[in-house]
Amino acid sequence: MPNLKDLKNRIASVKSTRKITKAMQMVAAAKLRRAQEAAEAGRPYAERFNAVMGGLAASVGNSEGAPKLLSGTGSDQTQLLVVMTAERGLCGGFNGNIAKLARSAAQKLIAEGKTVKILTVGKKGREVLRRELGDHLIGHVDLSEVKRLGYANAADIAQDILARFDAGEFDVAKIYFSRFENVISQIPTETQIIPAAFEATGEEGTVYDYEPSEEEILADLLPRGVATQIFSALLENGASEQGARMSAMDNATRNAGEMIDKLTIQYNRSRQAVITNELIEIISGAEAL
Amino acid sequence: MADMMQFDLVSPERSVASLQASEVQIPGAEGDFTAMPDHAPVITTLRPGVLTVTTASGSESYFVTGGFAEVSAEGTSVLAEQAYPKADMTREILDQMIADANTARDSAAEGAVDAAAKFAADLVAAGDEISL
Repeated sequence: MPNLKDLKNRIASVKSTRKITKAMQMVAAAKLRRAQEAAEAGRPYAERFNAVMGGLAASVGNSEGAPKLLSGTGSDQTQLLVVMTAERGLCGGFNGNIAKLARSAAQKLIAEGKTVKILTVGKKGREVLRRELGDHLIGHVDLSEVKRLGYANAADIAQDILARFDAGEFDVAKIYFSRFENVISQIPTETQIIPAAFEATGEEGTVYDYEPSEEEILADLLPRGVATQIFSALLENGASEQGARMSAMDNATRNAGEMIDKLTIQYNRSRQAVITNELIEIISGAEAL
Repeated sequence: MADMMQFDLVSPERSVASLQASEVQIPGAEGDFTAMPDHAPVITTLRPGVLTVTTASGSESYFVTGGFAEVSAEGTSVLAEQAYPKADMTREILDQMIADANTARDSAAEGAVDAAAKFAADLVAAGDEISL
């Protein structure tokens, strides 16, 4: 049975933990709002871009001279997995879920005899994957110094990936990130970026004049498409991270509250027991006289 | 004939402008052109340059780098890699862009040097155009 002083200390410590988690929750809520705004601001570009690319890809896609970024290298032997996670922890299952999805995909590919290469974005995913798939890691992008995620960050990552593609280091590239559904639900997602897979728009759109030719436009736009996809994945990930952290910290705050209640009851009971004991001692002392 | 059309200028990070325009001058990769309402549908890539929008209340200019423009019956949308309203464009930003472009040119692969050099030259020319 812990004595009164221990209990008191314990309560004080849980109280300060609750203060910290509460503060983290509020910070995450503020950051989430900003991240969501950024994600929404970036959406029109991605949507229009994909619509135009979808149209272009449909008309050029199957021809002989289609760019490799669209038609692929004709093989899927070497796969590059780009795993995007957060730079920081304390956000519930956010990092773990992405890493788990990537890990099972990697193990499946390895079992099929494919070569797997992994590029990590964000420190946390790297730490998890290094343990089991350390030999497959080929690079890491550090975003811990980045205060405000910009398109330039995505462009840099895309450039790195494209350079590797041009050098023939891989045939297929996929990105792993968390899609932001709402504050309590973030869905780990796998998206293929090379060769580019565009959803057919379905609608028989306007017939456009292309200037310069369709092939040249496509060659110009495909690399941008990689950057655009990475950028929207980063934005989604940013919002997901803050959402996950917010709900994780909300849970932690609630748990701390429950613990404080329990400890307080225990403290009061022990105090009462001490008083009762003292009374019994006094009374039995008086009776003995 | 409609004399106004919807004009959108978006960059990956945000929507820069969305307004009703009577004409839009676009720096296309193969030369400048002006899109007016009922222009034939066209998709073109952009070179770095100045994009001018004429609205009911006057005209506005934007500095854009690469990207593409889509002119259709619904209106004109320009998806620029980077877009700044002319007033926000400063010598420092331009110098930074030119420096980046020059670095890219120097490190460009064999076949891409010409394109990278043209990109840098276009930036310089666009800077002169808005007299920075």
